[in-house]
Amino acid sequence: MSATHEIRIAGFGGQGVILAGMVIGRAAAIFDGKHVTLTQSFGPEARGSAASVDLIVSPEPVLYPYLTRLDVLVAMSEEAYTRFVPELHPGGTLLFEQDLVNFQANRPDIHAFGIPATRLAEELGRKFILNLVMVGFVTGVTGIVPADAVRKSIADSVPKGTESLNTAAFDKGLEYALSQKLAAIHQ
Amino acid sequence: MNLVHADPKTVLTGAHFMDGNHAACEGAIAAGANFAAGYPITPSTEIVERFAARAPLVGATFLQMEDELASSIAILGAAWGGAKSFTVTSGPGFSLMMEHIGFAAMTETPSVFVDVQRGGPSTGLPTLPAQADMMQARWGSHGDYEIIALSPSSPQECFDVMIDAFNFAERYRNPVFVMMDESVGHMTEKVVIPSADRVLLVPRRYTCLPPSEYLPFKPSPDGIPEMARMGQGYHFHVTGLTHDASGYPAINAQTQQELLSRLVGKIRNDADKIARAEERQIEDARIVLVAYGITARVALRAVQLAREERIPAGLLRPIVVWPFPEKRIRELAGQAKAFIVVEMNQGQIVHEVERGVAGRARTVLVPHAGGAVHRPEAILEVIREVAQWA
Repeated sequence: MSATHEIRIAGFGGQGVILAGMVIGRAAAIFDGKHVTLTQSFGPEARGSAASVDLIVSPEPVLYPYLTRLDVLVAMSEEAYTRFVPELHPGGTLLFEQDLVNFQANRPDIHAFGIPATRLAEELGRKFILNLVMVGFVTGVTGIVPADAVRKSIADSVPKGTESLNTAAFDKGLEYALSQKLAAIHQ
Repeated sequence: MNLVHADPKTVLTGAHFMDGNHAACEGAIAAGANFAAGYPITPSTEIVERFAARAPLVGATFLQMEDELASSIAILGAAWGGAKSFTVTSGPGFSLMMEHIGFAAMTETPSVFVDVQRGGPSTGLPTLPAQADMMQARWGSHGDYEIIALSPSSPQECFDVMIDAFNFAERYRNPVFVMMDESVGHMTEKVVIPSADRVLLVPRRYTCLPPSEYLPFKPSPDGIPEMARMGQGYHFHVTGLTHDASGYPAINAQTQQELLSRLVGKIRNDADKIARAEERQIEDARIVLVAYGITARVALRAVQLAREERIPAGLLRPIVVWPFPEKRIRELAGQAKAFIVVEMNQGQIVHEVERGVAGRARTVLVPHAGGAVHRPEAILEVIREVAQWA
């Protein structure tokens, strides 16, 4: 992987897609000394419609602020998956919510990893923390941002009083990534 | 001029991960803004949204007005009442503000106008970027006047230039513009807000004279009149009509001549002191790119790509766009063979560059209709073409 990472997190409104991007971006920019530019598509994004957030994480200042070579796609809905997986650069990484995405192994040139993030969130008692489960999974699989930096970022990013719950969700996703030993799904 | 430190209670010191709109709001608050009025409009809304949330915590007031005409006059009234005030808008609202921008210039009211530019004309592209209001900021109201305008390239600079904007507004008693664009306003990056003792502010220029001797528009030695504290016995009159030192109308050519030369002169004569620009790889540049706002970042990437091909390109990025750094362009016209102006419009600042170059080098425009930023590769193509003959 090149030193610069281009990440898109996509799903539907209400899943906490934007917060997931903010947690990763803040972790890299504030707690890991990277240059980070986060952009999001601005449209009529009410609950239930498409939502996405893009991140460029680089050791160098980011000049062009939009994605040109998508390395990491985090798909939290079927629509996000079908819409964006063609944009994933060869050699790129797909991370998907396996209960919400009907994964087709038709891109042998990418690495794909699934996680039942919604179910894992429900095990912790709150479905809405699936975004932090995904953040943990992204952290474990890609290693783009150190886990400690993400934990600090969570404390600064989530509503007061929910830090421990969100950190537990993060740890759950991180553990899942490590315990699965991350065998890439190839057909 | 005596500078004062920012109030520590208002400055959100620390490293943040925030978008340009929120950073601009924090810059305004750190600069001591205690009044904003606005009619929220995409893509600028987050600035006043945050200001409304922060206002009770910092002793400020936010008024959501019925439209942009009301917003733009409310901030002028607030300024005369003693507030440091600003308003925030985008293209359609900016058009509505023009009448009061002229009034602010004529009445020498310290005020800051933020325009987060989106595609136009008319309602255009509400959620997508452009840089097509640059001439409107300079010339949008009728009559002769001068303004100061800054253009930030990053969320960090959105914070930084808001401090400068308020300082210029106070220093010159003039409307000052922060010409953002949707890209810079909505992108999120690291923003470091310094401690309050490192934020230096120009205080309001208040008179020391007793009410019996005070004339509200009598210029100080530097050409700028001092304001009076309201409610302390000073008589004052503020009018958009041509006025003499007393502030009352004086409808004749001589007063007009004196007033106009002062209004225009206070900015033009200080253009070198106001100027601020970033230069990258300009020392040996034969091809000078000129770009501002988000476009300057993309242009810098193109410069890097050109340098990889051993093309001697450099970048001049005006941070203060108005007054335009004409003198620097004149200097560079002696060394450069060509200027490439990259802007997200159909050609606005390019006219200023051409004027400064005055035929001594070739000037090429790389326009963009807006809705997206230039691709660095597209700019590189133009640099390559120009390098053939430069």
